[in-house]
Amino acid sequence: MHSSLTRIAAALVATTMLAGVANAETLRWARASDSLTLDPHSQNQGVTHTLGHHIYETLLDRDVDGNLQPRLATEWYLKEGDPTVWVFKLREGVTFHNGNPFTADDVVFSIERAKSEHSNMRQLHAEVESVSAVDDYTVEFQMVGPAPIYPNNVTNTFIMDREWSEEHDLQEVQDFAAGESNYAVLNANGTGPYVLTSREVDVQTVLTAYEDHWAEEAPQVTEIIYLPIADAATRVAALLSGDVDLVQDVPVQDIERLSSTDGIKVESGPENRVIYFGYRFGEEPLKSSNITDSNPFNNPLVREAMELALDRDAIRQVVMRGNSIPTGIATPPFVNGWTEELDAYPPANVERARELMAEAGYPDGFTVTLDTPNNRYVNDEAISTAFVGMLGQIGIQVTLASRPIAEHSPLILANETDFYLLGWGVPTFDSAYVFNDLVHSKTETHGTYNVGLYSNPELDEKIISLGTETDLDVRNQTIAEIWEVVKADRVLLPVHNQVLNYAMRENINLAVHPEDQPRMTTVTFSE
Amino acid sequence: MLAFILRRLGQSVLVMLVVAFIAFMVFRYVGDPVVSMVGQDATIGDIEELRGRLGLNDPFYVQFARFVGNALQGQFGISYRLQQPVSQLILERLPATIELAFASSFIALVFGVMLGIYTALKPRAFSTAVVMTISLVGVSLPTFLIGIGLIYLFAVELQVLPSFGRGEVVNLGWWRTGLLTESGWRSLILPAITLSLFQLTLIMRLVRAEMLEVMRTDYIRFARARGLSQRAINFGHALRNTLVPVITIAGLQLGSVIAFAIITETVFQWPGVGSLFVNSVQVVDVPVMAAYLVFVALVFVVINLIVDILYFIVDPRLRDGARTGR
Repeated sequence: MHSSLTRIAAALVATTMLAGVANAETLRWARASDSLTLDPHSQNQGVTHTLGHHIYETLLDRDVDGNLQPRLATEWYLKEGDPTVWVFKLREGVTFHNGNPFTADDVVFSIERAKSEHSNMRQLHAEVESVSAVDDYTVEFQMVGPAPIYPNNVTNTFIMDREWSEEHDLQEVQDFAAGESNYAVLNANGTGPYVLTSREVDVQTVLTAYEDHWAEEAPQVTEIIYLPIADAATRVAALLSGDVDLVQDVPVQDIERLSSTDGIKVESGPENRVIYFGYRFGEEPLKSSNITDSNPFNNPLVREAMELALDRDAIRQVVMRGNSIPTGIATPPFVNGWTEELDAYPPANVERARELMAEAGYPDGFTVTLDTPNNRYVNDEAISTAFVGMLGQIGIQVTLASRPIAEHSPLILANETDFYLLGWGVPTFDSAYVFNDLVHSKTETHGTYNVGLYSNPELDEKIISLGTETDLDVRNQTIAEIWEVVKADRVLLPVHNQVLNYAMRENINLAVHPEDQPRMTTVTFSE
Repeated sequence: MLAFILRRLGQSVLVMLVVAFIAFMVFRYVGDPVVSMVGQDATIGDIEELRGRLGLNDPFYVQFARFVGNALQGQFGISYRLQQPVSQLILERLPATIELAFASSFIALVFGVMLGIYTALKPRAFSTAVVMTISLVGVSLPTFLIGIGLIYLFAVELQVLPSFGRGEVVNLGWWRTGLLTESGWRSLILPAITLSLFQLTLIMRLVRAEMLEVMRTDYIRFARARGLSQRAINFGHALRNTLVPVITIAGLQLGSVIAFAIITETVFQWPGVGSLFVNSVQVVDVPVMAAYLVFVALVFVVINLIVDILYFIVDPRLRDGARTGR
């Protein structure tokens, strides 16, 4: 009798375990680097935000096509009669992981925290003068002036719980110059679809599905194990050996091998990041050139010759192994202001380029140094090396100076380079972001990455107007005009938009996210 | 003996100060940490302000003095990258590196000594030639290649061992150990072998050379003449005399293994201080780099001290010499 009772009990236990197991899907997700911190406002960095979007939520979200979607806010509009105030209506019935209800007060706290001195998110909210809660589910943003596209800036600013933050002394964002770290670096309390279960920096972070999340459908992935694996070959080996299920940062040279492996597939999609070359403008001779009486890059014929020497398709085929989308404009296709005409680029034409060089007064060419990063963008050094060869054909003898991004960036920010490679992403999905930093003359607040010191006062005026023009048609028209000039003047020399590749086990379905911030809530499993 | 130790301690402090000084000088050329800390949107004004607040615009000697002053109080600041106190970060990751280092040194010592004795006692055997040739491979192949090769063989093809990580760990107070779980042991095998190959070859050849030399000495010949068994001669007398240089080398190797298991840790995603250092260099996380280099200097200094003390114990000549003051 004892044994049959035991057997029945064992069978019952087994079936309940089976029932539990059948619904539980764990996803082991590998990336090249770990999230830097769990404090939502201290870093404005892609990898950190990617993990953050699972634990915390923002007022608005962006889908894979680049469109704004409601998230913690269900409606957003300019206030009647006052175009300097944005009104956000909040979702009801949302709770934080610790049970506290989500209300407008939490939004006020979070935005003020994001604007605070040590937050790296504050630039995105610079136009916000003050934010206030009208009632429990309505927030008003008083802008400094008319700000027609401000909602684009809230897509990576996470909402924290005021009570929890005050309980753990988190009103201030982590200060780098401080001696200690704050509670939020390793702990989190958000409204997002996953709860933080454990965090070991550079080892693994475990998230489990939040049962009281407001979304109608529960995600198919119930547990996420986030695994940073720094070495590219080890990351690929981990997928091949079955130790991980999804690899987000796939090295370009392994894509073919992975797609042809049984049980593994590779998904591709365009990334919101354009790779381009830039050069110095102005009459001053270049420091790194043998021409000492003029600046060759200042001559539009030389810039045209360089564009005709740049064989983007060859780079795509040989350097990127097909993983790039050549473009003729310094912005990715998702961005407001991009058009197909602007995207078009001339095919490579070396003879015409040589003619132009002679016409410009440099029949024997000139020398110059190209500064390139070697560990930041996909095959960045290889792209630069290829272009060096192409420029050699039209007489420009280029010396390639290759550095890690930590040493390349200071040159960029101090305008100490004559000729450089850089990449640019547009998190607001609007051209004004590109103009403000890349095209506008360099000032305390604009043109931070206008390395060549290109200066066009007429364009500057138009760019500033984009921040306050509320008539969207007029605004888009101005954007088109600015791009015309930028393209005609060849302010920058764009090469291509990067392509992202994710490798995963065959039964997993996940689309590439343009900002490289995939949401595991969208993962589905097929048989 | 006490005077000896005190003198060595004084020298050690000097060594560490010099290392810190040189490290600081080098950091000025490794890149700009501030750029990695602020977002793409940061204005020039923001960047300058942060640089000033971190004291990065101060002259070199001021920054160095501040660092040494804080270090003497045990304060190494917080990591720019991870925003946690540096000393806490290093202490958290030390157990992983030490376990790996000791595991690989153990393998290297045991097999190195065994193979060294074997190849010394049978110098003309074919198996000896095979062992010597294969050991050359261990020295000439770079660590990352060996590591990736082992991962592909054992994790991808044969699927018997994990491809990365440390497995499950157990907290024994402050010390996080992987030696108490099965997955911990399985994860330790490949990285330990990878890290041990270089040392193994070195120790093997050293033991072999020393044994061959010792076997030719007078006292061994007299022992044989006296009629002691071969085994007593080989292990009781010859081996002990070869140990002094082996201890030196093994000690130095242990120091460099703890300090520079960087490549192996990166390849196997082993969460030790080596991989912490690599990640820090990539973003110019100066507080971590500075603290790490001081730590490395400390490791070498301590190990050298222990090795010197071991000499005293192992070699009776040194002991007698000290006592009679000769």
